[in-house]
Amino acid sequence: MTAFDQASATLAALAPARSKGQRWRRRYGIAAIGAAIILVWVLIAILCSYLTPYSPDTVDVSIRLRPPSATHWLGTDELGRDVLTRLLYGSRISLFTGLVVVLLGGAFGTLVGGAAAFMRGRGEELIMRLTDLVLCFPPIILALAIAAALGIGTRNTIIAMLVVWWPKFARLAHSLVLVQRSQEYVEAAVVVGLKPARILLRHIIPNAVGPLIVLVTLDLGNAIITFAGLSFLGLGVVPPTPEWGSMVAEGRELVEQWWVAAFPGFAILSVVLGFNFLGDGVRDWLDPKARQR
Amino acid sequence: MPRYIVSRLVATALMALLATLVIFLIANMVPGDPVLAQLGDVAASNKAFVAEWRAKWGLDLPLWERYLIFLKGLLHGDLGVSIASQRTLLENIGQYAPATIELATVGFLLSLLLGVPLGMLAAIKRDSWVDHVARAVSLVGVSSPTFWLAFIMLALFYGGLQIAPGPGRLDPIAFSPPTVTGLFLVDSLLAGDLESFRDAAAHLVLPSIVLAAATLGLITRTTRASMLDNLHQDYVRVARAKGLREGRIVNGHVLPNALIPIVTLGGLAYANLLTGAVMTETVFSWPGLGRYTFRSAEALDFPAIMGITLVVALTYLLINLVIDLSYALLDPRVAR
Repeated sequence: MTAFDQASATLAALAPARSKGQRWRRRYGIAAIGAAIILVWVLIAILCSYLTPYSPDTVDVSIRLRPPSATHWLGTDELGRDVLTRLLYGSRISLFTGLVVVLLGGAFGTLVGGAAAFMRGRGEELIMRLTDLVLCFPPIILALAIAAALGIGTRNTIIAMLVVWWPKFARLAHSLVLVQRSQEYVEAAVVVGLKPARILLRHIIPNAVGPLIVLVTLDLGNAIITFAGLSFLGLGVVPPTPEWGSMVAEGRELVEQWWVAAFPGFAILSVVLGFNFLGDGVRDWLDPKARQR
Repeated sequence: MPRYIVSRLVATALMALLATLVIFLIANMVPGDPVLAQLGDVAASNKAFVAEWRAKWGLDLPLWERYLIFLKGLLHGDLGVSIASQRTLLENIGQYAPATIELATVGFLLSLLLGVPLGMLAAIKRDSWVDHVARAVSLVGVSSPTFWLAFIMLALFYGGLQIAPGPGRLDPIAFSPPTVTGLFLVDSLLAGDLESFRDAAAHLVLPSIVLAAATLGLITRTTRASMLDNLHQDYVRVARAKGLREGRIVNGHVLPNALIPIVTLGGLAYANLLTGAVMTETVFSWPGLGRYTFRSAEALDFPAIMGITLVVALTYLLINLVIDLSYALLDPRVAR
């Protein structure tokens, strides 16, 4: 190989050759990473009983607060339970509550907000003022009050979160439908004599769905973090259910035994980051204007 | 303009009234009979005694009448009595508020001082490494559970490296400076006690960083988007055509316009700070409203939770009112 060949090879390696792969990575890379993280966690949630030899609530105080080792990869907690096992099982409740809150809250909010924009008049005014009212409380504080009123437990916490969750979807759907409403295809549908409910469900909502999908994706991480926060405050799950927020709460004073609280929190971070990556990617994908920003 | 102000004031007052109704309804939908919870089985089986007790606390009145009594109490500043501490909520909130105000102010300033320049740089040098770093920082900041971040900071810098002071507002053996405002940074300076000031400042470092992380992402992203919007406006092209230096264009023309949306972020940032305060204060044993909220939730101290929720909601409304009004000042078109 001549010196010239060598130099040109180096140059070729340095030049920003935009191969297909590179372009794909630029475009979908971040969303793909997010999707991969979420996929891993979903698999863990389904398969966790096969992934670990321990059970999440076997108490053995003789091995309490052991640091990470070959037998207990992430150490043990105050009751001698395996932290990794509890962490893997914890994915179930986090993913489940996140999905339930965002899907139910999102569906309800979208329908209510969409209907409000569609019917106009008194009903719209009433619904939108109601959303304003709920939105005038910081979400976690209102959820805290409702959850405290209903009592501790996963179901009650989900109900509390649903109460504070739907308004932002209602607002978004309201503004989206308002925009769609003045479009000509809606007028055409009205002229043809379609029923209002059919116009809303079959024509307007599918056209306005992009931003809603982005909000759902980004919001899943948000819901997971909020539920973990309420659990951290002692309102989410009933012990000894393995849940990330309550695991951090159990270890919050064990600064020396950092592994008890550090790893469950890292699990929350990873799954929320996954949803935020995916949501960011989906937004770029659905809204090319946002990508340029 | 005056019409706009009046309409905003009326709307805010109306929302405040509705917020009290919401709180009242939540407080009264508690499943489980308050009589049983408070009196115990023996007393609860005595019918005459129960009737007397219900009458004493006004529980025999219809719901709307109880709401009016609740409202009347509120007008006199009566938020109820905390079960756990047996003191009025107003006293408790008055005692814990300064610690939170101090922490939140420092945290918020920190997130502004970091977030605005970071967002600006990211917009000016779009798609460069600064932009990517800004994006990563804001994504990780938004995705980290605050309670966990607080724990990691404490475990790392206090437990591990031992370069930061432990939890609390001051050294455990130190005396707090004589109370004037309740803000230790201010009080220690007023007393001329530099030792105390340094101690209080050192204790603020970690919790305020944690608190700032929650809003940093929000501020960075908003600044970036708003800067980019403005950088493509015609007035920038005109300024360039006139031959103004780039630094002058950015700082003198684009930035003031780009910062307007940051003002509207105030309400959202407040909610973030508050949520952050509950988590941060709990981990750092910071004797503020956030930890008080946590303790009340832990003890299911119901009147306390309701009182705090109400105060928080009213503050939120007030902040949004101020934002709406200042927005009208910044952009007179809004008020028309």
